[in-house]
Amino acid sequence: MAELRQEERQVRQTRRPIGENGKTLREMREEIDRLTAETGHYAGLTTLPFKESDPIRYEKIFAKLRGGVVHARETAKRIAASPIVEQEGELCFTVYTPEGDSIVTSTGIIIHVGTMGAAIKYMIRQNYEENPGIEPGDIFCNNDCQIGNVHPCDVHTIVPIFWEGECVGWVGGVTHVIDTGATGPGSMTVGPVTRYDDGYQVACRKIGRNDTLLKDWLIESQRSVRTTKYWLLDERTRVAGCHMIRDLVLDVIAEEGVDTWRQFMREVIEEGRRGLINRIRAMTIPGRYRQVAFVDVPYRHSDVEVPPYAKVDTIMHAPSTITIRPDGQWELNFDGASRWGWHSYNATPVSFTSGIWVMMTQTLIPHDRVNDGAYFASKFYLPKGSWMNPDDIRTAHSYAWHFLVSGWSPLWRGLSRAYFARGYLEEVNAGNANTSNWLQGGGFNQYNEIHAINSFEAAAEGTGASAVKDGLDHAAAIWNPEGDMGDMEIWELAEPLLYLGRRIKPNTGGYGKYRGGCGYETLRMVWGAKDWTMFFMGNGYMVSDCGLMGGYPAAAGYRFEAHGTDLKERFEKRLPFPQGSDPDPDDPAYEKNLNAKVIKRDKQAITTEAIFENYDLYVNYLRGGPGFGDPLERRPEQIEADLNGGYLLPRFAEKVYGAVFTRDEKGTYHVDAAKTEERRRQIRQERLRRGRPVKEWMAEERQRILAKEASVQVRHMFAGSFALSPRFLAEFRSFWNLPEDWIVREEELEVPTFGTRLKLS
Amino acid sequence: MAEYDRKTIEELIDGTIAFHKLKEMLSNFKDPGRFDTYLAILQDRVPWKDRILLPYGLHLYIVQKPNGDRVVKCDCGHEFGDYRENWKLNALIYVRDTEEKMAELYPKLMAPDPSWQVIREYYCPSCAAQLEVEAVTPWYPVIHDFEPDIDAFYNEWLGRPVPEPSAP
Repeated sequence: MAELRQEERQVRQTRRPIGENGKTLREMREEIDRLTAETGHYAGLTTLPFKESDPIRYEKIFAKLRGGVVHARETAKRIAASPIVEQEGELCFTVYTPEGDSIVTSTGIIIHVGTMGAAIKYMIRQNYEENPGIEPGDIFCNNDCQIGNVHPCDVHTIVPIFWEGECVGWVGGVTHVIDTGATGPGSMTVGPVTRYDDGYQVACRKIGRNDTLLKDWLIESQRSVRTTKYWLLDERTRVAGCHMIRDLVLDVIAEEGVDTWRQFMREVIEEGRRGLINRIRAMTIPGRYRQVAFVDVPYRHSDVEVPPYAKVDTIMHAPSTITIRPDGQWELNFDGASRWGWHSYNATPVSFTSGIWVMMTQTLIPHDRVNDGAYFASKFYLPKGSWMNPDDIRTAHSYAWHFLVSGWSPLWRGLSRAYFARGYLEEVNAGNANTSNWLQGGGFNQYNEIHAINSFEAAAEGTGASAVKDGLDHAAAIWNPEGDMGDMEIWELAEPLLYLGRRIKPNTGGYGKYRGGCGYETLRMVWGAKDWTMFFMGNGYMVSDCGLMGGYPAAAGYRFEAHGTDLKERFEKRLPFPQGSDPDPDDPAYEKNLNAKVIKRDKQAITTEAIFENYDLYVNYLRGGPGFGDPLERRPEQIEADLNGGYLLPRFAEKVYGAVFTRDEKGTYHVDAAKTEERRRQIRQERLRRGRPVKEWMAEERQRILAKEASVQVRHMFAGSFALSPRFLAEFRSFWNLPEDWIVREEELEVPTFGTRLKLS
Repeated sequence: MAEYDRKTIEELIDGTIAFHKLKEMLSNFKDPGRFDTYLAILQDRVPWKDRILLPYGLHLYIVQKPNGDRVVKCDCGHEFGDYRENWKLNALIYVRDTEEKMAELYPKLMAPDPSWQVIREYYCPSCAAQLEVEAVTPWYPVIHDFEPDIDAFYNEWLGRPVPEPSAP
């Protein structure tokens, strides 16, 4: 006779399992996993009887659901006051099976197609069905990264859907909130080095009953963040969207019957699995694709105020191998990735595996069947202990995207090699921009309210070049395919910062036969703020992308800030003042019309909070995308257009593109095609003179490695990767023909090594 | 299923395709015949006779020699060796590892710092085309970007054997 635990006895007096046919959700989850593992098909569906026998009805249900979730997103976002949600569309809604697998998702920040599912699965594993109970009308909240999130500012609202007492699904809604009460203001603050600094963390908590938010939740959450008004309205946005979608699902069930619903939701996931495999076979080549990404963590600088054990310069390392098997399944392997660290750029496995799909919807699966099916067609290897799979619960994640957007950029290149080989040149993309800078900060704003800001101008970066055309200028960000830079007038309402300029940033797109899209920059002057701080967040010492097939990477970042300026006086006396852009940092423009006590113009593009007074200046430089193909093959008329459009400084048209041109009296550039061709012939000869046989260069590089000649940050990166991956170390030794005992260890670098040995899991 | 004529694919290769056509191509289902049309155009354009098995990169192809060897070949005719080996090891390299060398590419403050990252340019030793660029840390092994499974591609995906070496 089965014996119940004491707490189960208590529960079973009044409560029945809420799953199908008297099963618990946990039993259902286990069954789905078993059937999928046994058959290789989601939920054991080797055929799709509903879709095959009644395809019109099947498609009607899908269209109704998809239309409904998109409609709910569009409607709900109008409730929000935060420009991040209302202007930028940083929200997303997804419908899940009772077991937590995603069925259909809206447009928006699609990375969350899997993260809220991870939270639902966590609740199922933790037996929430028993305690605190899962009932009709309940509302749950999660933003805990280690349970299922990207970073704490993406707050999830999760609502179960019941039909006649049975849980038949879930709906989740997520918005990117403007502040989470972290050590610094802004949603993706710089400064946290542990989860205890990362802000308010809600771990799958029941926050509402009977469709009503609980009073204790409202009080506690409002008291835990800086921007209470935005927090409250964002939450109402999510709740309204979830309830709209729950009603829609219930209407579908009423019309189609619950048995049809159960069959439909599983078939649509299996269809998603098959869909990815079909696309892989239709568009790629089986084989192995290798690529790598890096990004800088420059924490030793005095403008980064963090605990001493975090004062380390290091580099994120993300080598990746895409293996496309002859059966059309693929594996994404990140063996060799560097260790997690004491900064806020760590990522969790679910943010990594779920986030891949926001990228894939822009290339491999550009349709509306984005659900967990694609996940079931994929195999990931994310090394334990690395930045993408930390083996310590203490890690901070507030700007996980610093590493994610960098780590994923090479995947474009791998896939693009396949598209190029197949002839699908229109799909080639050299990569995505580093989606920065992030202008963030807080204090008292122009309305005398405590406030935090995070400018989502970063949603419009340059995109990568294709094999057919240039990348788009100041257009999009990888994490939101519908990105938008937002209206200046709205940002000026939301932030105590006036615009003195917003212009294209020349030379930011990577050069090439087709260039990467250029980024842009805005010059902001603090106005109406009190007790105000701001900081920078972006790549500076490194580029995180790379060109493809001869194209160059996009330009790296830098910072410009000015404190104690004479702008007040200049305005009063009607003297010239800095406006527009900083087109050529070799010839700094702003300083010509500005005196300031302190000007910081350097490559330290990551800083923690600095005090900004009114009339202080801040440049928000949004990056460009990488280029494609040899720049010497760029058509002269395109170079001319770049020069005349302000996308390219003249001396780089000469040096990089070999262009020979004149400028007429009206200032218009004219490129001479014949002279350009002649100059290019000379440049090719110069290349042959300066180029060296690779093997000859390798012999010299090997000597530098043997002597351990490299900066601390480079050695620190390799030490972290070597410690986690014997394979990576062995391949490194083999490539450079190093002795079998050659290694670099963190311990020998004379930098703090907290976290390398003792873990809190 | 979509289908495009040779002229359209030529325009695509040359980058002269009209935007509306390109947009339609991006939004449409993929045309399964693309590979053959593409291959035929590329084969007609190269100045040598070796059969192209797979386009490998801008200017680079995996070709089949008359004796059955598969090598990576530039459209200028330069051969980089066996397709299973990394062609870059037989290229010319120029490493931008100083601020001066970086300044030829980027304005001040906008280049990678060479103590963090270098830029490696790989040139064809015959025609000097810049075939690939790597932006990596010092010490980083030369990346072997792409190892296609040509046999599986032809036999299992295209449903036909890899062309015989003797075939014209």
